[in-house]
Amino acid sequence: MDALTRMTAAGLADLIASGEVSAEEVARAHLDRVALTDGRVHAFLHVSADGALEAARAIDARRAAGEPLGPLAGVPLALKDVFTTTDMPTTCGSRILDGWRPPYDATVTRRLREAGVVILGKTNMDEFAMGSSTENSAFGPSRNPWGLDRVPGGSSGGSAAAVAAFQAPLAIGTDTGGSIRQPAAVCGIVGVKPTYGGSSRHGLVAFASSLDTPGPLARTVLDAALLHEVMSGHDPCDSTSIDAPVPPVVAAAKNPDVSGMKVGVVTEFRGEGYQPGVLARFQEAVDLLEGAGAKVIEVSCPHFRYALPAYYLIAPSECSSNLARFDGMRYGLRVGDDGTRSAEEVMSLTRAAGFGAEVKRRIMLGTYALSSGYYDAYYGKAQQVRTLIGRDFDAAFGQVDVLVSPVTPTTAFPIGERADDPMAMYLADLCTIPSNLAGNAALSVPCGLADEDGLPAGLQIMAPVLADDRMYRVAATAEAALAARWGHVLPDAAPRLEETR
Amino acid sequence: MTQSSVARGDVLVPYDEAVARYDPLIGLETHVELGTRTKMFCGTPASFGAEPNTLVCPVCLGLPGSLPVANMSAVAHTIQIGLALHCTIARWCRFARKNYFYPDMPKNYQISQYDEPLCTDGWLEVTLDDPDHVAGGEPRVVRVEIERVHLEEDTGKSLHVGGATGRIHGADYSLVDYNRAGIPLVEIVTKPIAGTGGLAPAVARAYVGELRDLMRALGVSDVRMEEGSLRCDVNTSLAPRGSAQWGTRSETKNVNSLRSVERAVRYEIQRQAAVLDRGGRVTLETRHFHENTGVTTPGRSKEEAQDYRYFPEPDLVPIAPPPEWVEQLRRALPELPAARRARLQAEWGLPGLDMAALRNAGALDLVEATVAAGATPADARKWWLGELSRHANEDGAELAQLAITPVEVARVSELVASGALNDKLARQVLAGVVAGQGTPDEVVAARGLAVVSDAGELAAVIDEVIGANPDVAAKVRAGKVAAVGALVGAVMKATRGQADAARARDLILERLGQA
Repeated sequence: MDALTRMTAAGLADLIASGEVSAEEVARAHLDRVALTDGRVHAFLHVSADGALEAARAIDARRAAGEPLGPLAGVPLALKDVFTTTDMPTTCGSRILDGWRPPYDATVTRRLREAGVVILGKTNMDEFAMGSSTENSAFGPSRNPWGLDRVPGGSSGGSAAAVAAFQAPLAIGTDTGGSIRQPAAVCGIVGVKPTYGGSSRHGLVAFASSLDTPGPLARTVLDAALLHEVMSGHDPCDSTSIDAPVPPVVAAAKNPDVSGMKVGVVTEFRGEGYQPGVLARFQEAVDLLEGAGAKVIEVSCPHFRYALPAYYLIAPSECSSNLARFDGMRYGLRVGDDGTRSAEEVMSLTRAAGFGAEVKRRIMLGTYALSSGYYDAYYGKAQQVRTLIGRDFDAAFGQVDVLVSPVTPTTAFPIGERADDPMAMYLADLCTIPSNLAGNAALSVPCGLADEDGLPAGLQIMAPVLADDRMYRVAATAEAALAARWGHVLPDAAPRLEETR
Repeated sequence: MTQSSVARGDVLVPYDEAVARYDPLIGLETHVELGTRTKMFCGTPASFGAEPNTLVCPVCLGLPGSLPVANMSAVAHTIQIGLALHCTIARWCRFARKNYFYPDMPKNYQISQYDEPLCTDGWLEVTLDDPDHVAGGEPRVVRVEIERVHLEEDTGKSLHVGGATGRIHGADYSLVDYNRAGIPLVEIVTKPIAGTGGLAPAVARAYVGELRDLMRALGVSDVRMEEGSLRCDVNTSLAPRGSAQWGTRSETKNVNSLRSVERAVRYEIQRQAAVLDRGGRVTLETRHFHENTGVTTPGRSKEEAQDYRYFPEPDLVPIAPPPEWVEQLRRALPELPAARRARLQAEWGLPGLDMAALRNAGALDLVEATVAAGATPADARKWWLGELSRHANEDGAELAQLAITPVEVARVSELVASGALNDKLARQVLAGVVAGQGTPDEVVAARGLAVVSDAGELAAVIDEVIGANPDVAAKVRAGKVAAVGALVGAVMKATRGQADAARARDLILERLGQA
């Protein structure tokens, strides 16, 4: 059983397709692993054992009937609880959606089901994807499998922890300011933010519409690519979805070759505030790429330093509007409706009780930034900064094929350390935010353990819009070079959790 | 809002005095629900009158995770409206979110347009149909400047149960029907209309009427004011005559008939004149017009402006209508009401006031169709404005609602022209058709209403009439031919109007030796 949970998604799919193991066995192995470990990791908010086994048996029946199966048929997956599912609750890590059962599947959910992917359950997250640690979940934090006193990052911390804890070989997250890449980095796995518009937002409960991007998490670059292809593609239900073929990321992941590629190291993303061990692992990864034939040059992106403040105006502005619908009138939590109060009072009481502190903070920030008389100075100015950041990327990609940086300045921090210090928490997304503002593709691939704490660090690779395949090639190269040095990919070195009980 | 403030009543200045001392400035915001097959941002059918909350989906209910997709036929309709109003069509524009909390708004924001409307800077010429508003023997024409035309989604519809006013405050509970949520809504905003003096209420009414005709001609909406598919907000403010120092405006909401538009403006002029007369200040507020009492009452104060926190809708991509598409829409525009009226007036050779009367009576389409079915313009006009208008008035109905078609009216007209009916019989036939007794020919047959001109059939009646009126007959025999009228009248009476009067006259004269 343990052997099945240690396998890659690609390996499991092959075994299932050849009939060596059934999808049901694979699902049971992972459900058992969840049962064994999730009391400590708390990656899941909802486990759908019956649903998963039923989906797995359907795959086995299809295989028995000789039907062709997709590349991930029968492979288990952990779905961030921000995507709508008709057969499971969707809470977004919030009390305010208490009791809501969506009447429709998100496009991502539907594509997973159609591909025969077995959804094990819904994973924990910072409330409405606002946070970098999952500590903002209304249902308690998830824990980092590499150190259970550490955060798994966020907001897709549950998804990252599930994959790092071998509860699932694959997970889906969403990345608004780094919410896939940062948890992937601190959990020592691969996490990808596709090009904005490359994966559908239909059925993804919005935090910041112009930034939210669904993407894959996995323990290998190839697994991430397989999931990337299955979940992506044009969706007529999402107006911002790009009507273009999905970049050939699987082929790229199978082609670890950077010879002749130009790799730009972002000057602005190192130095003060960066943990030395993180910078050391980053530099090693860059050296490995150079050794593999890449030409490495320094590239300055001068406006990236304004990305964080611009993000903290744009994202809260959009969230203040997106979250207005949670008012207790139609679904979810309703507080104070005792027959004496007005609709406005019930709305107010519901929102006061249903939202956590960080969500309220951002709603207030955004409401302020959009207010008459402040709009130009805040939201308007932030949009100008966004344009300048896009131009920095354009200029950089005129010189190099990909940009690289650390994913996040530090390794996983202890639970509680930054919970009362929003600014410190926000800095976790310093390096990831520019790609959300510009909409280009970016991924996080493990590059080793920091010397200080033995915790994982990640290499961020950024590619132009719709050139997602390019960063997979670079990531596959780094992964292969590092695996050659260590004799395994980094996630295999994660604590087994049986022993850490 | 309580009943008492309605009952308390405003002080009003008599209208003529008010407009003698003050110049009114009016502005209109008109919302038109487009008659698209589906809603603005989803595939749910957009229709009126279904069971509450049956025409809904995750998108128009604003469920978490749902996303809007713009209905391009609604965009096309908006551009058509803009073109018909002589507007500039934006090359690139965006939707915006208008943020405010209200239970009938599923997302607590409305997808609308803000500083980038689809159409800007147009105009519409309106004709004042009322015979009182004549300049040089022709109806007065006023050009209304259009500020903007933009596209948005409608909200749900609230029903406040209990309480005195039917509004949310004081209600026991409220019900919301989201069938209307997401129906495409076009907002047409005029620039301030100045310089119309005492005609301002008539201009407001004529503008909304012209707009309604325009929407109908374009086929973009059924524009039924009573069903709310055309809703009107009227802004009114006053300046001391000749000063152009405009006072604070009031905004009268949801005025739902042409007559109400006129009455609401008139009332506001009278009310504001009284406020200004006593040195007061008009409050910036929304007001509600009450159809039954004809008064407006205060609603929400706008003294503290609501901040809608507009920002570009990030869930939608900008609209950039290709110029060739706009040109295609322009070329495909149907004949517009003003052009059509001018053409028909020329074709029919009617004076402007007669055209105005036809339009005022809602008879233009009917007369045109009747002429198309073969009647002369004069006959068609005569029947619709005469006998049929009388029926409509008696029934309290619109002409178009009468149970008679233009083709049937044309048939009656044809029967008269051929001599088969006279006017008196024709009126009976029309009455029969309107009463649902069948087609004109069926009514003629059933009632035996043909004109009798056959000498044989008339002979007996004539003999009888001569026998019964020996004195008159003697006069005629003696050469007083003019006296024959009395005998013809008697024949008509005896035949209950069915005799061919001219034929009867000839036959009587023949019988009395005067032929």
